[in-house]
Amino acid sequence: MRVLAALSGGVDSAVAAARAVDAGHDVVGVHMALSRNRDQFRTGSRGCCSIEDAGDARRAADVLGIPYYVWDLSERFEDTVVADFLAEYAAGRTPNPCVRCNEHIKFEALLDKAVALGFDAVCTGHYARIVLRPEAADPAGGVVRELHRAADLAKDQSYVLAVMGADRLARSMFPLGDARSKDEVRAEAAARGLGVSAKPDSYDICFVADGDTRGFLRTRLGARPGDVVDTDGRVVGAHDGAYAYTVGQRKGLSIGRPAADGRPRYVLEVQPVTNTVVVGPADALAVRAITAGGAVWLADDVAGTGTGDGPWFVCTAQVRAHGEPVPARARRTADGGARVEVDGELRGVAPGQSVVMYDGTRVLGQATVDGTERG
Amino acid sequence: MLPAAIDALTAELGRTGNASSLHAAGRAARRTVEESRERLAAALGAHPSEVVLTAGGTEADNLAVKGLFWARAAADPARRRILVSAVEHHAVLDPAHWLAASQGAEVVHLPVDREGRVDLASLATELRSSHERVALVSVMWANNEVGTVQPIAEVVALAGRYGIPVHADAVQAVGAVPVDFAASGLDALTLSGHKVGGPLGVAALLARRGLDLTPVLHGGGQERGVRSGTVDTPAARSFAVAVETAARARPDVAPRIAALRDDLVRRVRAAVPDAVLRGPDPLRPGAAPTDRLPGNAHLTFPGCEGDSLLFLLDSAGVQCSTGSACRAGVPQPSHVLLAMGVDEREARGALRFSLGHTSTAADVDALLDVLPEAVTRARAAGLASAAVAGRAARR
Repeated sequence: MRVLAALSGGVDSAVAAARAVDAGHDVVGVHMALSRNRDQFRTGSRGCCSIEDAGDARRAADVLGIPYYVWDLSERFEDTVVADFLAEYAAGRTPNPCVRCNEHIKFEALLDKAVALGFDAVCTGHYARIVLRPEAADPAGGVVRELHRAADLAKDQSYVLAVMGADRLARSMFPLGDARSKDEVRAEAAARGLGVSAKPDSYDICFVADGDTRGFLRTRLGARPGDVVDTDGRVVGAHDGAYAYTVGQRKGLSIGRPAADGRPRYVLEVQPVTNTVVVGPADALAVRAITAGGAVWLADDVAGTGTGDGPWFVCTAQVRAHGEPVPARARRTADGGARVEVDGELRGVAPGQSVVMYDGTRVLGQATVDGTERG
Repeated sequence: MLPAAIDALTAELGRTGNASSLHAAGRAARRTVEESRERLAAALGAHPSEVVLTAGGTEADNLAVKGLFWARAAADPARRRILVSAVEHHAVLDPAHWLAASQGAEVVHLPVDREGRVDLASLATELRSSHERVALVSVMWANNEVGTVQPIAEVVALAGRYGIPVHADAVQAVGAVPVDFAASGLDALTLSGHKVGGPLGVAALLARRGLDLTPVLHGGGQERGVRSGTVDTPAARSFAVAVETAARARPDVAPRIAALRDDLVRRVRAAVPDAVLRGPDPLRPGAAPTDRLPGNAHLTFPGCEGDSLLFLLDSAGVQCSTGSACRAGVPQPSHVLLAMGVDEREARGALRFSLGHTSTAADVDALLDVLPEAVTRARAAGLASAAVAGRAARR
């Protein structure tokens, strides 16, 4: 196969590309430039956006003996991922930019361009497994591809990949899905002579320069002072912009008066229209059900097809990249979304977050949270 | 590299001696350096003492822009303006902008026409209104991206009325078009070794005798005291051989390369009718062979992204460039094309084909074998990108 290996300049994508080369594929390395104004060096834990990272990607390609190119996707990144990030926060929601990047950039802009230029697949360093199920009853006689959690659950990234959908999965390769640990991947990188073997992991939002999301939002959206109120509507504090608050947040509320019962208070709701942040006790965060939109299904055998509501199915639901999955039942809804009824304990779910439904390690589908039912 | 230049370099690498030393080995090295300087000067219509050897074209451009600015501003603090064409190489533009950001210089970009030629009327107006505030003028002899040869004689004549020094970056011009320093009337001229078949890492600034230049590098006082540092004897000799050889061969080589380039342009236009040649059209009736660098063909392909085309052609064994070098690994829309009035989207579909003394008709055939298919594919990739952007915008 002709494989485009996305090289971020980090250790994971370099080892993934190396494994694709070993598997006998015709591999070309591409580094995506996602910002026009790049820093010279990496700062803190931001990944893949500095000139140093581009240089590391180039050296990895040299070591692997594969061609290397830089593709400028910065405009697309700004128009999709960054614009969505700002619009969602401005609407009082809590977006996950990594999900949007996989949706719009890696498995859309990059993948579509790669296919148009003659590639068969895009290879990335994500930790997730694609499982082929030839025995599944596919009327067309083709294979069914399932997306599963990585062998190393601590590194599993299936949560941020679920958005890509079945067609995209057919043109993707995740050679690290079976890796037992990050240490194994680092050791393999060192053994292969890849200089990035000891490079620190990245985990912050790549386009927020110093990890200060609140500062980034204030710069891009402007200050919008408003009230912090309790569940009875009493003003208990002030804020500079409701967009800086997330449901479930406890720190940085700057509330002068303690609660009557003396218990800590959390953000319960962000109301963008009135520019109000509602706070209250932890038990008011417990979620009973989630309604979500923009569902993408990877398991028609479970979720069903057609235009009406789908059948209920048992699953576990996960609402954060490294959150615990909780027992739930869910169904596809006629409006293109999903309804998830939680059986276990789930707190602090904000609109805008992704909810991913699993059967064991298998991803069944994902949708974006629109609202929750509490109590 | 030219074989004669390789021979000269390797012969000298085995010899010991610092041209600044006074013992026998040092004297021998000095003799080689001075003979090389004389050969360079003779090939370029300069006096040997006008040749300042540097470690690269960028260094020579920096010495010209900063050295002239500092010297002129020291003599008359009112002279803070640097007039540059909008299509200069970054080795000229960036020192000028650095002087503006840190030392109070004012940079004036002289506009160019649609073919990339500097607008002489703007220069004349600028000089008439503020000549007593101008430190220097820098206009390249020929543009590295679109190959446009600039009207250097006219620039020199205009600036000469006010006694303002003129520098020209002639890195692309030497060996490609006739370059005679004395006849040009220039005050300073940059040329570089690797562009004429010489080694990397050696270049020269030709600086008129008596030209007041403030040094950028301070130290042992070599090279008229304006460029300290031990002279690289092997590189100097190899550089001289290359410039001499290229200048001697130019009357035969340039027309041959230009004919190949014309064939390339004609056939690309036939194969991809909406491709646009940027810079002066060598096939236009009445076009002079010295309007454009003979080995340069720069085209934009509507609906294509240059990086897609580059990838597809590179995979097929054709090496070309997306127009200008990347800045920090990220392809940027070319400032040269933008200055010529090409919009940003069109500028993204730019490809530059460079032909040299080793290029053959078979190379042009090989390009035309793969180009039509590459353009079709790159268009499909461009459409895929546009669809993505459109869909995202609707959300």
